Amino acid sequence: MAETIAFYTLSVLILGLAVLVVTAKNTVHSVVSLVMTFLCVAALYVVLEAEFLAVIQILVYAGGIVVLYLFVVMLVNVGRPPEEHRDPRRLSVLGLGLAGAMLLEVAGIVAYSYSRSTSSVTAPAGPSPVQGNTEELGWLLYTDYLIPFELASVLLLVAMVGAIVLARRDL
Amino acid sequence: MIDTVFWPLVKIVVLLNAVMVSVTFMTLLERKVIAWAQSRLGPMRVGPYGVLQAIADPIKLILKEDITPAKADKVMFTLAPIMSLVPAFVVFAVIPFGADPFYYVADINVGLLFIVSVTSIGVYGIILAGWASNSKYPLLASLRASAQLISYEIAVTMTLVSLILTAGTLSMVGIVEAQQEAGVWFGFIQPVAFVLVLIGGLAETNRAPFDMPEAEQELTGGFHTEYSGMRFALFFLAEYANMIVISAVIVVLFWGGWLRPFPSVDALAVLDYIPQWCWFFFKMFMVLYLFIWIRATLPRYRYDQLMRIGWKVLIPIAIANVVITAVVKVLL
Repeated sequence: MAETIAFYTLSVLILGLAVLVVTAKNTVHSVVSLVMTFLCVAALYVVLEAEFLAVIQILVYAGGIVVLYLFVVMLVNVGRPPEEHRDPRRLSVLGLGLAGAMLLEVAGIVAYSYSRSTSSVTAPAGPSPVQGNTEELGWLLYTDYLIPFELASVLLLVAMVGAIVLARRDL
Repeated sequence: MIDTVFWPLVKIVVLLNAVMVSVTFMTLLERKVIAWAQSRLGPMRVGPYGVLQAIADPIKLILKEDITPAKADKVMFTLAPIMSLVPAFVVFAVIPFGADPFYYVADINVGLLFIVSVTSIGVYGIILAGWASNSKYPLLASLRASAQLISYEIAVTMTLVSLILTAGTLSMVGIVEAQQEAGVWFGFIQPVAFVLVLIGGLAETNRAPFDMPEAEQELTGGFHTEYSGMRFALFFLAEYANMIVISAVIVVLFWGGWLRPFPSVDALAVLDYIPQWCWFFFKMFMVLYLFIWIRATLPRYRYDQLMRIGWKVLIPIAIANVVITAVVKVLL
C-alpha cells in the first residue's frame, strides 16, 4: 500500500518535473528541474530496494553530470532570453512519427511481458556466493556481464578521446 | 510504528538541534583559536571571555533585514541557501556515534556512498546562489566553486575506494567494526588516504587554504555577497555543518569511530569506562581543531595552483593508492 502511494507520487513528480525541464523559459531553471527529476528517480530506486543504484544515480547524474551542464549553461548563456524558432512546427511530422514508434515499442514490451508466465523468468547462470545488493551487482558485473561492462568502459574512453581530438585541431 | 517512525524522528530532532548548537559554538571556537594563533584576545565583550558571542551572533543575524536584490532571480535566490543546507544535515542520518543502534538514525549498507552522493548535491546551493544574485563577483565565485568541487570530489571518491577495499564494506557501522576486528585504526593502515581525504575535505567545505569561492579579498565574500540576514546565516550554518560532517566521516573512516585507542590491547581495557560517544566526540573535536589550525596557519592557494593540485597531484596519488591497496589485499 505504502509502496503504491510512493510509486504514484514519485511518478507524478518525475513526469511533472520532466515537463518543466523542456518548458522552462530559463535554461538554469530547466537544469534545476532536471536535478529534481534525477533525485526523484533515485527515490524511486529506493522504493524498488535498489539502494546502490539510487546512490549511484545521485552521485553520477545529479551530483556530477548536471553540475557540468550548469557550468556550461552559466558560461554560455548569462541572462539571455532563449531564441524563438522561426517555425516551431517544422519537425512536427518527424516528432509524431518517433512518438508513435516509441508508443508501439512500449505496447509491444507490455504485450510480450504479459504473454510470458512469471515462472519462465530466466534464472541467473549460477547461484551467486555473495549476499547483499551491492555485492550481488559487483558479482554479476564481473562474471556474467564482464564483456558488456568492459565494452562500456571502452566506449567511454572512445568518447573521451573523441572529445579531445575535436577540441584540439592541432592533433 | 513506534520503532520505525517515532524514535527515528526523536533522534533526528535531537541530532539537528545538536548540530545547530555546535555550529554556533564552532564559530566562537574558530574566532578564539585564530585570535590566539595571532596573539590577539578574540571576542571578549559578550559574557565571560566572550562565550555568549556564540548566542549574540545568531540573534543579530535573525533580527537583520533580509534583502533580495531587485535584479535577482527570486525563486532561485530563496532556494539556494536551502539547497546548500539540507544535504549537510541529511548526511548525519548514517553517522554512527556509538556501537548501539541507539546512537545512530540508520545503518544502510551503502552508507559511505550515501554520504559522498548527498554531499555532492550541496554544490548546487553555491552555484545557484552565485547565479541567482545576478552580480559579477558571486557568479565568478560560483564558477570557481563548481570547478573546484568536481575536481576534488573525484580525488576523494577514488581515495574512498581504497578504504572500502581495506574495510570490505560500505556501511559506516561495518567500517568501524572492521577496525575493531583488525585491532588497528585504518588511519595507520592508510595514512596516504587520510591525508588525501583531509585535503579533499578542506576543499569540499571551501575552507582555507581552498576557500577560493568565498575569497574575501578578491571576490568580496564570493557567492554570498548579495545575501544578508537569515539567508546568509543559512549558508554559514551549511558550511560549518559540512565541516562537522567531514570531521565525523574522517573519525569513522580513519580514527576508529567510537573505538578507544589501541582497541586490541587488553591492558587498556580500563579506557572502556569512558562511554563510546565520548571518544567519538573527542576525536571529532580534534579534527575540527585541526581544520581551524590549518586555516590560521596556511595562506590561500592561487586558483590555477588549486586546480593543478587537484588534477595533477591528488588524483594520480589516489589512483596509485587504490592499485597498491588492491595488490596488497590480494597478496595477503
